Amino acid sequence: MSQETFKYPGLNLGAGHSKDDDAVQTTMFGFWVFLMSDAILFGMVFATYVTSVHATAGGPGPKDLYDINSVFIETLLLLASSFTFGMASLALKYKHSAPRLVTWLIVTLLLGAAFLGFETHDFLTMFAKGGSPERSGFLSAFFDLVPLHGLHVTGASIWLVCMIGQIARYGLDTRTKLGIMRLALFWHFLDIVWIAIFTVVYLAGLT
Amino acid sequence: MNEPTHDSIGTADLKQQERREFRSYVWGVGLALMLTVVPFALVHWGVMARRALFIMIGAFALVQMIVHFRFFLHIGFRRKREDLQLILFSALVLFIMVAGTIWIMADLAARMALPIHP
Repeated sequence: MSQETFKYPGLNLGAGHSKDDDAVQTTMFGFWVFLMSDAILFGMVFATYVTSVHATAGGPGPKDLYDINSVFIETLLLLASSFTFGMASLALKYKHSAPRLVTWLIVTLLLGAAFLGFETHDFLTMFAKGGSPERSGFLSAFFDLVPLHGLHVTGASIWLVCMIGQIARYGLDTRTKLGIMRLALFWHFLDIVWIAIFTVVYLAGLT
Repeated sequence: MNEPTHDSIGTADLKQQERREFRSYVWGVGLALMLTVVPFALVHWGVMARRALFIMIGAFALVQMIVHFRFFLHIGFRRKREDLQLILFSALVLFIMVAGTIWIMADLAARMALPIHP
């Protein structure tokens, strides 16, 4: 059985795209370095959150504010969007038609938008219960961490719209392919950060 | 292991490879789903002591992260080593900074008798 060699993180384009495949290695590794620095940033914000989690100053705490059902739905939406982006990567790699690739990208975008919708609804519910950032150290740290991830997802969604625009305008040339592959890394990376958020913030907060 | 040269990949091989990679994504999402549902269920029905529960959900999160790295980001021991080394080094730096911060701040809180017990 033939085993493919992987030259850079993410799904590799492979020999069928030899020209593009050679061109992307440095770029993909560079983007990988950026993702790891972003992980350090998230890590420090996590540390801030964990050290402030008991500093509620008499205000509402995690058990008063978090809604496990909503977080569960958000988790499933993000996981599904990771899978559909994987399908988009496969459509790119195996040179399926551009409409099929764009369809998977649009499904991913809709799942991302649904995630952001649920998250915004969560924040508004928290505000309604008196859980706004200025209430306590705990809430400041919470609104530093979770919306930071939401902001990343928003940025990734805007990037996704731009990529669909590039496909429409330039077709699947080397630069477009590179953009989609880096966005795939970013998207999957954000899903990994979300695992840490639902575990450290929501599940640990509700035990 | 036989590395296919650029010309030797036929359409049939490509089809087979695509099916294999598709199955890999399905495996990834299946495992991730299981690793998500179990900790949510444990917390939702609160069937365990608090400390054991913390350890359990932490372990599930770690395994799920590895699953995501393996099946969605295609990082592994047999792949290009630098990618894995970069993750491991970043994880080490992260661990030192995060664990160090939590340790120092918790110690400070304990010594100043603040009501903080992480």
